[in-house]
Amino acid sequence: MNKIKFNLNGQDVSVELDPSLRLLDVLRDHFQLTGTKEGCGEGECGACSVLINGRVVNSCCFPLANANGKKILTIEGLAKTKRYQILKDAFHIEGGSQCGICTPGMIMAAESLLSMNPHPSDEEIRIGLSGNLCRCTGYNMIIKAVQKAAELGAGLW
Amino acid sequence: MFDPNKSTPKVDHEEKCSGEAKYVADIILNNTLFAKTVRSSIAKGKIVSFSIPELPNGYYVVDHRDVVKENYVKMVFTDWPVFTSERVNYIGEPIMLIVGPDKLVIDEIISQIKITYEEEEGVFDLVNSVAHKSFKKGDFQEASKRAVRTIKETFETGYQEQAYIEPQGMLAYLEEGGKVTLIGSMQCPYYIKNAVINTLGYPEDKVRVIQPAVGGAFGGKEEFPSTTACQLATAVVKIKQPIKMIFEREEDMLVTTKRHPSSITLEAKIDENNKVLGIKAEVGLDAGAYIGLSAVVLSRAMLAVTDAYTIDNLDVSGNVYVTNTVPTGAFRGFGSPQMIFAIEMFMTHLAKDLGVDPFAFRLNHLVKQGDLTSTSGFFRDPIIMKDMIKKAVAMSDYHKKIKEYSKPGVYKGIGMSWFLHGCGFTGDGESTHIKSRVRLVKDEQDIVYLYIAAVDMGQGAKTSLKRVVAMVLDVPNEQVVFDYPDTDFAPDSGPTVASRTMMIVGGLLARAAQKLKDSWQKGQYQEIIEQYKQPDYIEWDESKLQGDAYPSYSWGVNVVEVEVSPITYEVQLKGIWSVYDIGKAIDERMVIGQADGGITQGVAYGYLENMRHEKGKLRQKNLTDYIIPTSMDMPPMETVIMDNPFLYGPYGAKGVGELTFVGGAPAVALAIEDAIKRKVNRIPATPEYIMELINNE
Repeated sequence: MNKIKFNLNGQDVSVELDPSLRLLDVLRDHFQLTGTKEGCGEGECGACSVLINGRVVNSCCFPLANANGKKILTIEGLAKTKRYQILKDAFHIEGGSQCGICTPGMIMAAESLLSMNPHPSDEEIRIGLSGNLCRCTGYNMIIKAVQKAAELGAGLW
Repeated sequence: MFDPNKSTPKVDHEEKCSGEAKYVADIILNNTLFAKTVRSSIAKGKIVSFSIPELPNGYYVVDHRDVVKENYVKMVFTDWPVFTSERVNYIGEPIMLIVGPDKLVIDEIISQIKITYEEEEGVFDLVNSVAHKSFKKGDFQEASKRAVRTIKETFETGYQEQAYIEPQGMLAYLEEGGKVTLIGSMQCPYYIKNAVINTLGYPEDKVRVIQPAVGGAFGGKEEFPSTTACQLATAVVKIKQPIKMIFEREEDMLVTTKRHPSSITLEAKIDENNKVLGIKAEVGLDAGAYIGLSAVVLSRAMLAVTDAYTIDNLDVSGNVYVTNTVPTGAFRGFGSPQMIFAIEMFMTHLAKDLGVDPFAFRLNHLVKQGDLTSTSGFFRDPIIMKDMIKKAVAMSDYHKKIKEYSKPGVYKGIGMSWFLHGCGFTGDGESTHIKSRVRLVKDEQDIVYLYIAAVDMGQGAKTSLKRVVAMVLDVPNEQVVFDYPDTDFAPDSGPTVASRTMMIVGGLLARAAQKLKDSWQKGQYQEIIEQYKQPDYIEWDESKLQGDAYPSYSWGVNVVEVEVSPITYEVQLKGIWSVYDIGKAIDERMVIGQADGGITQGVAYGYLENMRHEKGKLRQKNLTDYIIPTSMDMPPMETVIMDNPFLYGPYGAKGVGELTFVGGAPAVALAIEDAIKRKVNRIPATPEYIMELINNE
């Protein structure tokens, strides 16, 4: 089996695993990075969102083989950054997290959005997060949290 | 010193953002095996034979022959097998588990299993009644004689899937001494414990249930996890190794309980002054293959018959029907959403048929303090609905929009629902069935521990219940500890359902905390146990469904504005405004979070979420074809909480979780009706249905 090499949360790693495995399973089972959640396994809910070369991707639909040579950031990697602190605080201030199963994915999607568009409008946030389902909040508090993060973290993105 | 309204940081906020919170799928034990269920592929029939391939080493079959004692899952009505043995009654019914170390090998084994059935014609219509209930108020017959008009309509509602983002899952293992321990996504640790005790025939101290973080539940994790728990408990006793079963989304959608489809017929008797003298109601609920909780759901549906209106004469009856379809069960609102939809539409339709203004007509029938409830109990507490309606009207500019949108060719609409929700279990359920107990322990360092079985499934119980105790004790939040429930430590404070957690469990905790405060001895271990006591005023006759069905009611007003495309008939939400009376908000931000989420689900129930079956086979089986709202579907929302403290609730708090759901569907359906200028009698009001209404005239 060929080695698959990629950068995971800032570290170069290489694995010898079935290349058809879902990146989600590799992250959770092989690297024990269980902050990336599985909600649907079919790319609808976004609970498994990770950043691949800075863009938000559903890791349940991403075969390990395609990870070769890529930079992968999970919530565990993002959690070490200042931007994460801002996002976390903003989610707290606006009440953007309830059951929490979608929250890491939401935060990854917000990070991806803000890195492309540091001052998004309400509408742009709704579009930016539309690949991440939340069943608890009705989204408004999450939208406000992302606005708040953009405000508190101005200059970071 | 403390302001209950004030919001505090959610105690689990950090770990939920960082992904460190452990849900059942994240918990890893050494040597854990995985389990997957082999399910029936037909809706009704007899299992003639099955062939299982030779199993590799370390793989097991677990089926009805392995059940230690009772092959039924203990619920309100115990008719649901742990594993079916000879007959199957719906597509997806569990027949056996395949257990082993590698999920791919398990899938391979399952693909080779062949089951032969003797298929029978399934029953899919509401014809087999298995539970019948009825009650009366006043004298409907006599009222009929005085009436000058009779208007009768039927309303239909469809399935709704809870669609929690964390699928169902459970992990079972044996502790030393053979104690069966279950960790899983759940709402009711003691429902699971009691069900497992029943199926294993074990004593109480040999079964333990622990709740990890739960990723949403909405009723879907009320009774259903008991079935998974009984299966895994059976398996773990046989195999004696940890076993984990996490549902895939498709399996979760196809086989877990959903909201009951319903058919509700209402007949009104009206006098010459356009006063509704009486209503006759017939409610039918589709329970699917097993009764489970359905008779209780039926009660709640029937009790809500007059919603926020006072009607003096009622003749209400209802039936639970079994069909060869997936069993239905608990879902936020528990029968009430179906009825509130029907009656809200009906009241508006009556006014339209009588040629009077629906707003004024409904207002003329609005409940006042002191009125009799549908079951001839009393609305004892102050009712502030008139102020709430006024507020909602102003916030949404309702009257102006209603007038503007009535013009022909305008496909915009606005709808307003008025509703109530009974808080806690129906009637004397709290005192006769649940008998909640809570336990507070103070250690020598004066740290206070909460031991209760109430589950935080996202609604924030961990934060708000802890806060109630800290407020009563007048100590900082950090001095109070509330870990996830573990039945080895927490007494049975009842299930986390029925909008009872803050009002009942929070109320008990407040009383226990007051006792602790009054007897506080610095540096000493102290323990307080508090048991539920029914308020003296409650009188309830369960056999006749007469008296005070609930200790109190929460109230709400929802306004929804929509625009309907005259080309595609798609509905776009333009605005949502809500006003609630929940007594007192404990942590207002958290309450508004519940309110936003509740109405999102409620509105989606009314226009978006569509699930149907064809001869027992569900057509929607994943989040691709069962559509729940995304951030782009939801408009901005404005919510106001009005104070109206309830004497027996902690700091005046009543129920909140379900209330915020029940008004959504009628509000959006009334808005659609307003936009298309045709009566809506069915939800979800999908584009196909709207097209039918417009074209079939």
